[in-house]
Amino acid sequence: MNFDDSVRYQKSHEWARKEGDLVVVGISDYAQDSLGDVVFVELPEVGSTLGQGETFGVVESVKSASDLYMPVGGEIAEINEALTETPETVNEAPFADGWMIKIKPSDASQYDSLLSADDYKAYVETLEE
Amino acid sequence: MADELKRTALHAWHREHGARMGPFAGWDMPLQYEAGAVSEHRAVREQAGLFDISHMGQVDIRGADAAQFLDYVLSNDVLELPEGLSTYCLMCREDGGVLDDVFVYRLPDRFYVVVNASNTEKDVAWLKNAAAQTSFDVEITNQSYETSMFALQGPAALEVFSRAGGKAESELSRFAIDYDTVGASRCLVSRTGYTGEDGVEIYVWNDDAPALWERLLQAGSYLEGGLQPVGLAARDSLRFEPGFALYGHELDEHTTPPEARLKWACHFDRPFIGRDAILKEIENGLSKKLVTVRMVDRGMLREGYEVHAPEGEQIGSVVTGMYSPTLEWYYGNAYVIPSFAKTGTALEIRIRGRSRRAEVVKRPLYRPAYKSS
Repeated sequence: MNFDDSVRYQKSHEWARKEGDLVVVGISDYAQDSLGDVVFVELPEVGSTLGQGETFGVVESVKSASDLYMPVGGEIAEINEALTETPETVNEAPFADGWMIKIKPSDASQYDSLLSADDYKAYVETLEE
Repeated sequence: MADELKRTALHAWHREHGARMGPFAGWDMPLQYEAGAVSEHRAVREQAGLFDISHMGQVDIRGADAAQFLDYVLSNDVLELPEGLSTYCLMCREDGGVLDDVFVYRLPDRFYVVVNASNTEKDVAWLKNAAAQTSFDVEITNQSYETSMFALQGPAALEVFSRAGGKAESELSRFAIDYDTVGASRCLVSRTGYTGEDGVEIYVWNDDAPALWERLLQAGSYLEGGLQPVGLAARDSLRFEPGFALYGHELDEHTTPPEARLKWACHFDRPFIGRDAILKEIENGLSKKLVTVRMVDRGMLREGYEVHAPEGEQIGSVVTGMYSPTLEWYYGNAYVIPSFAKTGTALEIRIRGRSRRAEVVKRPLYRPAYKSS
């Protein structure tokens, strides 16, 4: 299990990474592993504005559909169109090509409130049997 | 909760081999292994896969009137079923609602009925009650909890089974069942399955099950990547593509055989429980019909989603949603009012409050690949 320490996390298993003045968002390695084969990703429209904690999309695996939550509030600046055709990229490279959206944050301080890799890892360990 | 789930004889093996376990019909079952559901599905279509399906129920039925009894409580022709063969049947209520779909195997001295795990107790009670209310001379024994059941399925399945020391392909015709000895394990083996591929299903006492499982894996080790263990997630997509029903989805007590397109599994020339109601329904017209739908817009179907006429009212609902690994697209099964059941009919599916286009397609999505022998 990979806990990329160059990103921040939230308990609903999304990660966030600063990239210039944008925040890139995806789901963690733990999340993709728990979901199993990802077969569909629904993403928001570019230009829409969503608050922190609001649903921005849905990731569907063979057996379940899971909502995706905004780790920081802001405007959707870009979405990963490639996931439409190849949703399995989320399984193959969750921290890289499997990214989902880029957000133009409305409040920079929200990023700082997210979990560090160590804290997220500790949290995930509490979820394991 | 988890402590109350029943465990198969292979439970420890599954845990040790990276299976993701989950509850299914009161059992703690492997949903998928490390390969993942899509890879497991492809392994079965391309080579072979091994399934622990010991949750399935097995009922032993014997006695002087066993054939007459089963012919009366089940929809299909059991009376004239030749010894050593099997047939697919429905067990219906008086009103035609399906209590279960079962496989009946005729052995020299008895019948062996394989039932869905979720219905085992209900079925045994129904059968015993039906026997008590009639004068048939039958003895009904539930062997579900002493019996393990494996499925070995795929184009290479018969080769693997024969390498393990089991019967050769030529010794077991399609739908046949026979006693066999594989290694030290005495078992029953049938040329049946639930995947649309050729292969066998094997019934063995729990004590012999782990050794037989290992022996089959060993025999399949010549395959590229070895013999793939397959969990219930891939079992579901494998049964969906060739159009096999799964009880609780395509079938339930409020659905009749013709609605589920299973009229072929009913012998209407002789009485069976539910026959009159089913014939009457056929005469009066069905109230709903099973269709397979393909998403026109991209989107994953899920059980319970509403099916609408294009820009119109609700005309049905989804009972199975699936990503088809073979067709690499989104499909499902739905019940719709019969006027919307024709191939090519445009439909709309409500997915999270939005309408997505879909259409009725020809069944089955995958034509079963059985060898001719």
